[in-house]
Amino acid sequence: MAKSEIQVRKTLERHGLSDEQLKAIFRNMLLQRQLDNRGFQLNRQGKVPFALGSEGHEALQAGAAMAFKRGKDILAPYYRDLGLAIGIGLTPYEILLSLFARAEDHNGGRQFPNHYSSKRAGLMSFSSILAAHIPHATGAAYSLKYRKEAGRAVLVTCGDGTTSEGEWHESMNFAAVHKLPMVMLVENNQWAISTPLSLQMAEPNIYKRAEGYGMPGEQFDGFDPIATYDAVHRAMERARSGGGPSLIEGVCYRFLAHSTDDNDMTYRTKDEVSENRKHDPVPRFERVLVDAGVMTAEEVDEMKKSVLRETNEATDKAEAMPYPEASDLYKHVYEGAWEPWQ
Amino acid sequence: MATTITMPQLGETVTEGTVERWLKKAGDPVEKYEAFVEVSTDKVNSEVPAPVTGTLREILVQEGTTVATGVPIAIIDEVGAATGTSTQQQTRDQMAESANFEPVPGFNIPEMPTKHVAPAASTPVRTNGQGATTANGAEAALRGASPAVRRLAREHHIDIRAIKGSGANGRVTADDVLSAARMGPSAAVGQAVISEPPAPSKKPATPGPGNTSTYGEPIPGTLIPLSSARRIIAERMVESKHNAPHAWSMVEVDVTNVWKWRTREKDRFERETGYKLTLLPFFVRAVVESLSVFPLMNAKFKPEGIFVEKAVNIGIAIGLPANLVVPVVKNADKLSIKGLALASGDLIDRARRSKLTADDLQGGTFTVNNNGANGSYASAPIINGGQAGIVTMETVVKKPVVTADDAIAIRQMMNVCLSLDHRVVDGYVASGFLADLKRRLEAMGPSGVL
Amino acid sequence: MAIASSSSQILNNVEAVRETLYEAMKNDDRTVILGEDVGNRGNVFLITKDFIKEFGPERVVDTPIAEASIVGIAVGMAMEGLRPIAEIQFADFIYPAFNQIVGEAAKTRYRSNGEYTCPLVIRTPYGGGVRGALSHSVSIEALFYHVPGLKIVAPSFPADVKGLLNAAIDDPDPVLFLEHKKTYRLIKGEVPSGHYTIPIGKADVKKTGSQLTVVSYGLYVHWALEAANALEQEGMSVEVIDLRSIRPMDRTAILESVRKTRKLLIIHEDNKFGGIGAEISAMVAEEALFELDAPIRRLAAPDVPAMGYALPLEEEYMSSPTEMAETMREMVRF
Repeated sequence: MAKSEIQVRKTLERHGLSDEQLKAIFRNMLLQRQLDNRGFQLNRQGKVPFALGSEGHEALQAGAAMAFKRGKDILAPYYRDLGLAIGIGLTPYEILLSLFARAEDHNGGRQFPNHYSSKRAGLMSFSSILAAHIPHATGAAYSLKYRKEAGRAVLVTCGDGTTSEGEWHESMNFAAVHKLPMVMLVENNQWAISTPLSLQMAEPNIYKRAEGYGMPGEQFDGFDPIATYDAVHRAMERARSGGGPSLIEGVCYRFLAHSTDDNDMTYRTKDEVSENRKHDPVPRFERVLVDAGVMTAEEVDEMKKSVLRETNEATDKAEAMPYPEASDLYKHVYEGAWEPWQ
Repeated sequence: MATTITMPQLGETVTEGTVERWLKKAGDPVEKYEAFVEVSTDKVNSEVPAPVTGTLREILVQEGTTVATGVPIAIIDEVGAATGTSTQQQTRDQMAESANFEPVPGFNIPEMPTKHVAPAASTPVRTNGQGATTANGAEAALRGASPAVRRLAREHHIDIRAIKGSGANGRVTADDVLSAARMGPSAAVGQAVISEPPAPSKKPATPGPGNTSTYGEPIPGTLIPLSSARRIIAERMVESKHNAPHAWSMVEVDVTNVWKWRTREKDRFERETGYKLTLLPFFVRAVVESLSVFPLMNAKFKPEGIFVEKAVNIGIAIGLPANLVVPVVKNADKLSIKGLALASGDLIDRARRSKLTADDLQGGTFTVNNNGANGSYASAPIINGGQAGIVTMETVVKKPVVTADDAIAIRQMMNVCLSLDHRVVDGYVASGFLADLKRRLEAMGPSGVL
Repeated sequence: MAIASSSSQILNNVEAVRETLYEAMKNDDRTVILGEDVGNRGNVFLITKDFIKEFGPERVVDTPIAEASIVGIAVGMAMEGLRPIAEIQFADFIYPAFNQIVGEAAKTRYRSNGEYTCPLVIRTPYGGGVRGALSHSVSIEALFYHVPGLKIVAPSFPADVKGLLNAAIDDPDPVLFLEHKKTYRLIKGEVPSGHYTIPIGKADVKKTGSQLTVVSYGLYVHWALEAANALEQEGMSVEVIDLRSIRPMDRTAILESVRKTRKLLIIHEDNKFGGIGAEISAMVAEEALFELDAPIRRLAAPDVPAMGYALPLEEEYMSSPTEMAETMREMVRF
């Protein structure tokens, strides 16, 4: 073992994560990047009308997912949380089903892509309306506390723009008053479609609002999955053990435009984007793991191939599935059969 | 000036209050805005300030009593204050009173749209001699009618121009159409007769186009297309036979005396009135008398029960060359034989001239058919208009009969036949009716007052 | 309708709501009431008076002043297994919660293909005649009845209130429960004891008649009955249907009645344009045009933003029993 490797290994702050867990985090990041790209590829192929990217969020979401207790915690994400969705147990097949709007999709092809929903995984159904899901998360957290279910908490996420919504404020306030088991994880990628942070808020450090609500707040490097894991883990543990809610903010950057319907060059410069690309968390964490001797270059390569294979298989399998029937439109309006003039 | 204080409304949805404590007693002075009583509701407790300065003259509601808001609880005699204050109170009271359910002056009550009134419905229209335009005219009249009226008029083959409307501005209502339809085949047929042109006379007896001929002039080997009148007659006959179980009975009546009476009067009657005097009015007179004794014969079967009619409106069946109509003598029981003769004479005359109105054809409760005029000896008529029965006068025949003292005499005999709706009337009533009718007819004449 | 015991009592609508909520709280631990001033104050009409003493502050929650999240948090509770009954203090305050009701609660089952559901009740007092002016008098059903996935009921007889509130609480889908505030203490009636439900979507013929069908709900049913009874003295026979349910609406009852009377008058307190009457008119015109012997009419509030505080303004906006009787009379005579 080279001296530099030993040194680096010693200086890697793992916050208790094992090699397996670190590899799992990395794989999640790779898979997220791969599935993200697949969406754009299919869109450019004309196979799916819409895709929404999450490049830049990989570390934040993989680290947060690692802190999420499957089968216990509840996730209330928003539509850029591809990494969190697969991180808590959704499969690439399920992701592709939603891209292709197949009948087999959790939502029966009714929702836009990226609007995941899975009772099995504990992922709450949500709409495209920013911040509308945050009171839902608050209500779910209330239910956990009401039923005295210790060891369970709600992880709710949103972007920087959403923190301007009234319902964001109302939910934070209520959660604090009632000391609910909830963690508000803000994924601050510094852009809300075309609105930069400077037009969104006067105080750019969102976590500082926590004091105003009477709850703990913290900011961390959203490009660092281990730091993310640490922050989310501590906050979730606090919530699970009756310590109440927290507001934690991971700062990262949105490398792509908002979606396939957006042209980000109309409101920011190539230079700004490429400057931030230097902090791309995926190659960065690759370097960290290899340097720390957690993975070899070959293992990394193998992992990337495996991720591609998995993505391809999921794509083919999902594409082959049928669309919903026209008659499916009428289902699930209320419990029971639909009637005209009902 | 006395001011009445009422229980205030202490809350948006409060409807009553309880007098908790009087802070003044009768005779005490009280200042405007000074609290003089405590009142409570289940939402709020409150002190009530006096609206005027004066003396508390009288307490009307004792402590602990609950009354509805607006009920007087005390009277204050106003002292020295300007009258303006108490007027204000009174105006407020008036407003509070009038607030309940008086229409606010000037409130714009929306008017019924008049454009939907059927334009032709206000007066019945005679359509003689209008030929092919009649059908279009009926359609045009429907255009302004409500959807229900249009549908019902079509279903029942009724020309609404012939109906007197009972709705606003003389509008023909759906109920008007239904009433017209319920009047039975005669009314419906009559309606059709009114709206159809009269059969042209003196037509050459050759087959029409496509080997057709007319009902008035049937030719063997041809098809007579159904006029709307014939169609209605067919439908109504089927309906009557289908719905009412017809039973039949007959009596033989010695009309010798009534015939003598008629013979004695007929010339003078025709001279004075211009109408012919037949046996019909005598017969109808006897019929209405028998109906008064047997009211079930003047009834109708309905799902809810047997409706015994109050009025006695006798339909007179009149056979015309191409049609059958049954105009009605209204309140026939109130007419003398002469009155019946005039009424029926007028109807028969107008029927022959196709001048009957819809009103003539409506409202019958019992029907008489003078079949004897055609030479019939006995017949089993089909009941008309959902009535309980229909009675016929058959031809008068001179016959040898055995008299009361076992002698043989030549008498004028007439069969009287009755078809009855067995749902309404049994043999007991029907036979009783016929026997009564026979007795009355045989007791009439040989002279009397018409 | 299953009635546990044969006894009954006379209650007003406040008491009917209170008793129903109390029983729901007692019988189902998952029931939580939340809203402004519902706890210590016991609701501004005293509907939940002393509930907090018996059930505790976790079950009777005094929320911050934040209508959107009152409903939104209730949606989250419902998605996660509780049976929340959210209160909006006055219907006039409901607008901030519009997205949570229409965009979220009504669509939860639909957008998740049936995987997540939202068994939520939102209760709110509405309606005028109490000098409530612009912000304490409004009728809101026309804004919401358009939305598939949402149910709306507006009973105004105490027995109906209890049965339909129970049905709303049991319903697996979101129900907007409208309580006409003027009827709270004004309307009293016999209410059977014990638990029973009235199916949502069934109207009730409160008075049979043969010459005119009147369809109404809320406070106006009572005034329409007053008018119809007055007309009965004049020999006119008017049928009065209490809708009770705005969505789903009992089209069968409406059509059956119209086919009998051939004339339809819809009376509602809300503005005329786009009110409930508009949908009923269209439906009846579509299904029973050839039964109609008169144009369908709607007696409703004029299309102005609100009834004013001053009494003449309130009266002009609202329809009195006298006005209702006059319109009924015109239609019977038409």
